[in-house]
Amino acid sequence: MVLGEPGQIPGSFGTTGRGPRLLSGGGRRATAVSTASTLVVIAALVAIFWLAPGSAQVRHTFFNPADMWHAFVGDPKKGYYSVGAAIWLNIRMFLVAEVLILALALLIALIRQSAGPVLFPLRVLAMIYVDFFRGVPLLLVILAIGFGVPALRLNFVSTQSAAVYGVVALVLSYSAYVSEVYRAGLNSVHQSQTAAARSLGLSHATALRYVILPQAVRNIIPPLLNDFISLQKDTALVGVLGAIEANEAAQIYSSTVFNYSSYVVAAILFLILTIPLARFTDGLIDRDRRRRLAGAGA
Amino acid sequence: MSRRGRTTAEPAGDTAEPAPEGEAIRVDDLRKSFGSNQVLKGIDLSVATHEVICLIGASGSGKSTLLRCLNLLEPIDAGRISLWGRPITGQHIDQNLVRRHIGIVFQSYNLFPHMTVLRNVTLAPVKARGLPRAQAEAEARALLDRFGLLEKQDDYPDRLSGGQQQRVAIVRALAMRPQIMLLDEVTSALDPELVAEVLDVIRELAASGMTMLIATHEMGFARDIASRVCFLEDGKIVEEAPPAQLFTSPQDERTRRFLRRIVEAGRM
Repeated sequence: MVLGEPGQIPGSFGTTGRGPRLLSGGGRRATAVSTASTLVVIAALVAIFWLAPGSAQVRHTFFNPADMWHAFVGDPKKGYYSVGAAIWLNIRMFLVAEVLILALALLIALIRQSAGPVLFPLRVLAMIYVDFFRGVPLLLVILAIGFGVPALRLNFVSTQSAAVYGVVALVLSYSAYVSEVYRAGLNSVHQSQTAAARSLGLSHATALRYVILPQAVRNIIPPLLNDFISLQKDTALVGVLGAIEANEAAQIYSSTVFNYSSYVVAAILFLILTIPLARFTDGLIDRDRRRRLAGAGA
Repeated sequence: MSRRGRTTAEPAGDTAEPAPEGEAIRVDDLRKSFGSNQVLKGIDLSVATHEVICLIGASGSGKSTLLRCLNLLEPIDAGRISLWGRPITGQHIDQNLVRRHIGIVFQSYNLFPHMTVLRNVTLAPVKARGLPRAQAEAEARALLDRFGLLEKQDDYPDRLSGGQQQRVAIVRALAMRPQIMLLDEVTSALDPELVAEVLDVIRELAASGMTMLIATHEMGFARDIASRVCFLEDGKIVEEAPPAQLFTSPQDERTRRFLRRIVEAGRM
């Protein structure tokens, strides 16, 4: 229930649950009122920006179309890289990290959920792992891995690119969070499901694989996607290691040309990445709620 | 999950089928506590093959816990349980193997909501008995057909009535071809008009010679179907007798008090 939701306006007797949410609810008059008030707020913000004493300067340093274009396409001869090309590194880091996080986090969650005295030391280790990586800022983890591991001068391990160390740091840190999401999902499946599966003679592993996990995963997809949206942005932190990802490319541009429009380009590219995932997540949550309502009515 | 099985001492393995006759279940001095709450205070019970035993008693008397212990869903604190003379409690027992021979059906059905009826029924035969999928499905369809559920095979559980779900749960347990069925108040969660269809299924099972232990609040049904009725109170079997005797001339004062309350509640 966010502010200005049309259906919440008193006196409206609109349809519910049909069509895209932003356009649903409310009569025609209520829709007009809410549209007008939104436009007024936006217009006020634009006016403040435009009329501010330093407006012209800010527009020149942050929103200069020529600089934005130059930053987007890049020019190695002049000493800066294409932000538009660098975003591909973010996408690649995100995709690789995502798969590894899903696997590692599941492993941690299963260890933490395990029973029996044999696995007790592992359970303690998993707990320490989660506490540690949830507590330490991601930036510190990236710096520690990115500068610490190469300094060890090991074969192979110490000779990887900055992007690889970045992905390792992202995986280590995010797996701690995502393992907790998994754990919540596993706990959300009632233990009578385990009892039913085990009573049929299924092993613990088989019951987990075919009965518990499929139900748990269904429950955790929205929070999982939420974490991945923030993972997409956090790939920008790997720039501190010198990897030419979008944010780093933008910084190089700004320090070469002394114009910040490159950062706006990077911001726009990150938005183009995250917004579809955010809308997709909303869609899934909506669909799940409708299905639950339908199921309860049956 | 702590006592992972070993195949050295199979109590009732596929290689050695249990004797079809004689004493099916023997329980000696079974004790079980949850924390400081002692739920079973020394249960002794002997069930012959093909016998149908009804367990009656107030909620909390230990009926459900006894059934869950027999299926090894609850580890026991003390005592012994044997099937056809072979112990199923203690060290080195393959729980999964034991459970293939004892089906249990719960009050709340506990169907797998993310699977169709057919998948619910075939999961364990495929994954635990190792049947090829086609054969498991053929067997499942035959069972579903026998209990009038064949046209529901592709439905998900939330599309079924409570009575249908409970019948599917019974079929799911039967698909493992158990020699013993444990039924834990299987009609308690049902609307009254749906109880009969489930009881009919149980009657058919009894007629087919299935050895059964049934915890129930349906006294009329217990009188009909049971070869013996056990009255539990406070974690002990207070009285056990054929239904005609237990319901008409109970020997123990506690049994009389319980049955009086049942009659007053209009349940018999």
